[in-house]
Amino acid sequence: MNEIQSTPSQVIEGAQEIETIGEIGQLSYRQLIWRRFRKNRMGVIAGALLLLFYMLAIGADFFAPYRSNEINMRLRHVPPQRLHFSFQDGFYVHGLKSVRNPESLELEFTKDMTQRHAAQFFFKDAAGRRHLFSSAGPMFLLGTDRMGRDLLSRIMYGARVSMTLGLVGVFLSIVLGSILGTISGYYGGWIDNLIQRVIEILSAFPDIPLWMALGAALPPGWSSIQIYFGITIILSIIRWGGLARQVRGKVLAYRESDFVMAARAAGAGQWHIITKHLLPGCYSHIIVIATLAIPGMILGETALSFLGLGIRPPMTSWGVLLEEAQRVTVLLHYPWLIFPALPVLVVVIAFNFLGDALRDAADPYSD
Amino acid sequence: MIAIPTLLAISIISFIIIQLPQGDYLDREIQRLEEEFGDSSSLAQVEELRERYGLNDPMWKRYLIWITGFVRGNFGESFEYKREVHELIWDRIAFTLIISVGSLIFTYVLAIPLGVYSATHQYQWSDNFLTFLSFVGMSIPAFLLALSLMVFAFEVFDIPLFGLFSAYYEGAPWTWGKLGDLFKHLWIPVIVVGINGTASLMRIMRGNLLDVLGQPFVQTARAKGLKEIVVVSKHAVRIAINPLISILGMSLPGILSGSAIVSIVLGLPTVGPILLNSLLNEDIYLAGTLIMMLSLLLVIGNLLADIALAWVDPRIRYE
Repeated sequence: MNEIQSTPSQVIEGAQEIETIGEIGQLSYRQLIWRRFRKNRMGVIAGALLLLFYMLAIGADFFAPYRSNEINMRLRHVPPQRLHFSFQDGFYVHGLKSVRNPESLELEFTKDMTQRHAAQFFFKDAAGRRHLFSSAGPMFLLGTDRMGRDLLSRIMYGARVSMTLGLVGVFLSIVLGSILGTISGYYGGWIDNLIQRVIEILSAFPDIPLWMALGAALPPGWSSIQIYFGITIILSIIRWGGLARQVRGKVLAYRESDFVMAARAAGAGQWHIITKHLLPGCYSHIIVIATLAIPGMILGETALSFLGLGIRPPMTSWGVLLEEAQRVTVLLHYPWLIFPALPVLVVVIAFNFLGDALRDAADPYSD
Repeated sequence: MIAIPTLLAISIISFIIIQLPQGDYLDREIQRLEEEFGDSSSLAQVEELRERYGLNDPMWKRYLIWITGFVRGNFGESFEYKREVHELIWDRIAFTLIISVGSLIFTYVLAIPLGVYSATHQYQWSDNFLTFLSFVGMSIPAFLLALSLMVFAFEVFDIPLFGLFSAYYEGAPWTWGKLGDLFKHLWIPVIVVGINGTASLMRIMRGNLLDVLGQPFVQTARAKGLKEIVVVSKHAVRIAINPLISILGMSLPGILSGSAIVSIVLGLPTVGPILLNSLLNEDIYLAGTLIMMLSLLLVIGNLLADIALAWVDPRIRYE
């Protein structure tokens, strides 16, 4: 029982351990959460899916069949090519034949059945870089955009921006939200009042119009990286309020509890009490809120970039890719340009399921 | 009463935000003229215009002029349209309201029965199916749904969904025919904007009702021999529905944001497209007024939600 005496916050965890000793032996709070989480099938699937997506994004240089901005002006708006399989060639796509449309006078592509481009695994491109699979001939599984860039590769590269922006943004709002929430709950009085009013005012803005205004305010001369962080800050500045409120509620509840009183009586400093006794009690809560906040950030970035106020080319994000599909006339001619919407949807749904599963797992009364 | 300082703070913040971009509308105009005609001989007028729009004054003075005008219904003049802001916005605010209120009604009318059904059939396949649907509904960004619906409607039914009126009625005076035409176009944005809210509201209703159904008074009602349908509809739902009304205020920002972005995609004459345009062109008085108006709608909506809650739930009293 030595460890239980070490810090009061562990007393609570210890109490739960003792309760459950009869059934599953002695487990830490974290192990308990993990056990409960594993039982939620949807949550585990969502988590695995997200891991896969992040791996694809990180290794986009290798996994994507083409480099991110490989322009092919002669292969603009190529429709998605079907992947075929034969024992002779392995996986292959048919070649492309360009035909000029007599009405619109635009080049259109059809299958050239006489040609076959085989997909090669661990393909080495002209620059000497390896790709998981690619082909010497044109092979665009999801088609190309108006500059002949492979959509599949661009989606993978776009994931880097879209999927990390949510993480960084949520991290920022966690830092901001937990600091201000803790201060607000711990000190009370006029500081609490001030912070609560600020949160109220922020929540009185409709978020997308406010994001639009802030996005439009980013100077046009900024580099891609500056824009990236600018957008992240814009997104998190509006979203920290909810988290701060929740943390404040928790801190208020713990502030008068016995273990904090004991720590105070033992002469612990305020910093020590806040970081060692109050915040650990909120960790699981914060993680759950953060997971559920990520999809909102991803959607926010996508919406902003879609309107041309967010990430700017040459940086690629899913919103930037969707911007091309903004006009209906374009979309009707080249319906495959809507494909980047699919990963947005999958990732957002996965984060929602994961957050839901984590919430159930972190709730000690859920069983 | 707390609303007034909030609004004041909002007005200051929005005014600062719309001033953030470097340069102003006239700088852009000069640049455009130079690119187009090779000279900016009208430069002499620029200083005059600056004076007229008050762009030379310090920011606090401009703010004071703007906000005092705002209270009296004078929102300043739009640079781009060369017209008074108030001439431009009222129609658009009206359409925004129509779409928002429509989606709100759609949300509640659909979400409450679905939530009740989901809760009374907990863990059956229909409940699981609805749960999955609601997750998807919560995750679909409204603008994507709008885009796909538009393509779908065009490809399958061959109806162009752009705008709120058919070409025939565009700019025509109000008649019954035009009203009917409006409703024919209105349902798409209403559904698209409402879907996100419906999904999350359904989840909340389900959760609330499940909580209430586990309480002793429901057991008592059942023990009295009441029919299950009476127990649910008369005893449980009435309690479970209260939090939904207080959520009404919280769901407003989402609906207003959604309507703004969906309108941009669908080309609806609401606040959204004109706001985007004014932001891109640094048409500051127009943009500021629009952001203020949206926030005002939110504050009023919250107030109405509070009143509705006090009216429905007699246990709540405001001093």
